[in-house]
Amino acid sequence: MQPMRQHTGRVTPLDRANVDTDQIIPKQFLKRIERTGFGQYLFYNWRFDEQGNPDPDFELNQDAYKDGSILLAGSNFGCGSSREHAPWALLDYGFRVIIAPSFADIFYNNCFKNGILPVKLPEETVRTLFARIESGETVDLTVDLEACRIDDGNGFSVSFEVDPYRRHCLLEGLDDTAVTLQQEDRIAKYEANRPAYYRIHPEPVK
Amino acid sequence: MKPRTLFDKVWDQHVIHQEPDQPAILYIDLHLVHEVTSPQAFEGLRLNGRKVRRPELTVATMDHNVPTTDRSLPVTDPVSAKQMETLAENCREFGVPLYDLHNPQQGIVHVIGPELGLTLPGKTIVCGDSHTSTHGAFGALAFGIGTSEVEHVLATQCLQQSKPKTMEVHIKGKLGPGVTAKDVILAVIAKIGTDGATGTVIEYTGEAIRNMSMEERMTVCNMSIEAGARAGMVAPDETTFAYLEGRPYAPKGEAFEEAKKAWRQLRTDEGAAYDFRVELDAADIAPQVTWGTSPGMGVSVTDRVPHPESFPSATEQKSVKRALEYMGLEPGTPITDIHVDRVFIGSCTNSRIEDLRAAAQVVKNRRVSPNVKAMVVPGSQQVKRQAEAEGLDRIFRDAGFEWREAGCSMCLAMNADILEPGERCASTSNRNFEGRQGRGGRTHLVSPMMAAAAAIEGHFVDVRKWNLTD
Ligand code: SF4
Repeated sequence: MQPMRQHTGRVTPLDRANVDTDQIIPKQFLKRIERTGFGQYLFYNWRFDEQGNPDPDFELNQDAYKDGSILLAGSNFGCGSSREHAPWALLDYGFRVIIAPSFADIFYNNCFKNGILPVKLPEETVRTLFARIESGETVDLTVDLEACRIDDGNGFSVSFEVDPYRRHCLLEGLDDTAVTLQQEDRIAKYEANRPAYYRIHPEPVK
Repeated sequence: MKPRTLFDKVWDQHVIHQEPDQPAILYIDLHLVHEVTSPQAFEGLRLNGRKVRRPELTVATMDHNVPTTDRSLPVTDPVSAKQMETLAENCREFGVPLYDLHNPQQGIVHVIGPELGLTLPGKTIVCGDSHTSTHGAFGALAFGIGTSEVEHVLATQCLQQSKPKTMEVHIKGKLGPGVTAKDVILAVIAKIGTDGATGTVIEYTGEAIRNMSMEERMTVCNMSIEAGARAGMVAPDETTFAYLEGRPYAPKGEAFEEAKKAWRQLRTDEGAAYDFRVELDAADIAPQVTWGTSPGMGVSVTDRVPHPESFPSATEQKSVKRALEYMGLEPGTPITDIHVDRVFIGSCTNSRIEDLRAAAQVVKNRRVSPNVKAMVVPGSQQVKRQAEAEGLDRIFRDAGFEWREAGCSMCLAMNADILEPGERCASTSNRNFEGRQGRGGRTHLVSPMMAAAAAIEGHFVDVRKWNLTD
């Protein structure tokens, strides 16, 4: 996994609540068996019309935001299906940070596993940023995971909270499977003591 | 010892190790796998030279992509076929048992787990699918995970998890006739919102839940995720044990007796505290119909499509407006005036035998409205056989329903079962998101009885007004 310490980029606004993973990456693109190449299908039904032409009204298609790498969204972002194709598509498209008042659990978790930083900020702060963008400003932010701080180099500066362990893993780009495998002794011991009635295939309990 | 909740007990039993300020390492008893969220996980194992630690605790099925038409024909979509073939190859290579397209037990992952007796009280169960919460109906701790975590579980049989909070959803009293488990969970979500339970594990309690069959409890737990919860649970009881006895993978004889003894302890202790609590009176719950593009946007069938201005915040008003626009609905329209073009009875929420029986009871000796195209997709091949043995397929076919092979089908429309733009569907599935059942398709979530009645009348009706005594 790509580690992250600090990221500077342009903010792309997506002022909608409850953006679900079916919108982030519609199901017709889930048939691929690779992790890469999903960016072209990100927000497909919003980005393109039925003929496949870009919808000029959709934020990601607008010149001011199309190179954004920080997505600013409404509450409960990433709800619905557990598909990890959603963070893969966001990452592949170029987003490294997502800012929203709240996230759905599975999506939030999936982001960290893929080197995307989801940042929860208070609703008012998110509103302030949306308002600045709506008034025609382009907003560039620096997100510092080490300091847990976001600023625009121009007076706007907020701190954010993130679970210390998740932060550590993202800073180091840690492979958590390797971390768990270090507990081999404990896992083996636990397995040896599992009750027989939980043992299944290929030897169903007699 | 401090009184504990059902969730606390199952959690505590599975923590292998916990460093301070780090997530717990949780042992996983059952890992269910399907074709869509697993290829990249197996690929990850190969790249890192890792094996599947416990292939015998891992069970795979094909459901999301499978055609629901004649199984003797080849799969026409080459990309779907490739994904299924990839799963078959991965299962062969890593020694994972697979219920493939032609297996007589094939079906939706959350239908076959319980059916086979793989789902047991007190287990931890994961799957790369958010509706894994279904299995919590047995008092298991069951939740959906992403593909990176699928890989992690394959390699370690463990998962790193921070301990969620708990929420009690208490449904007191008795449900009225024509009001089902689906209506209960839709009413709960309408009340607490789609993020009302984020970060929590719900335990469903109360007389209405106790009176439910296992299949009904599964319907309730299934949609916990639609309220944002990690998982939903119901404490196991005699209903649970009676359901499990004799299932292929369930323990037998003495082992079953021993298991029951342990499972009877899986209940929330007197005086144990939940972090949050919600209570609903079963008597207040009417059949539900969603009008919007999120499962929380639902009302009683006796209500009307709401006005955006009736919502408190500007953000909500905006999303309601957008939802109504997408759904092609005018505020103030009575729900029973909404006409449908399609009806879908199926999905891991409502495709089990009792769901089909309930729908068939409504359909019997009636005809599907000429303006409606209706289909029934059983959740598993076993459900299909059972329904056919009971003659339910005849009732549906005679009424004009299509009768299909098992799979996810139009729940997410990854196969050929898909809505056309603008088509309106009464669906027994769990998500009414924009485009979920096909781009531009409009989904209304309802119970199987309500879907069946809508198929007959061509619009929503209050199924309680029908005389369904036979
Ligand atoms: S039936 Fe629908 S919700 Fe259930 S597993 Fe299949 S796609 Fe997911």
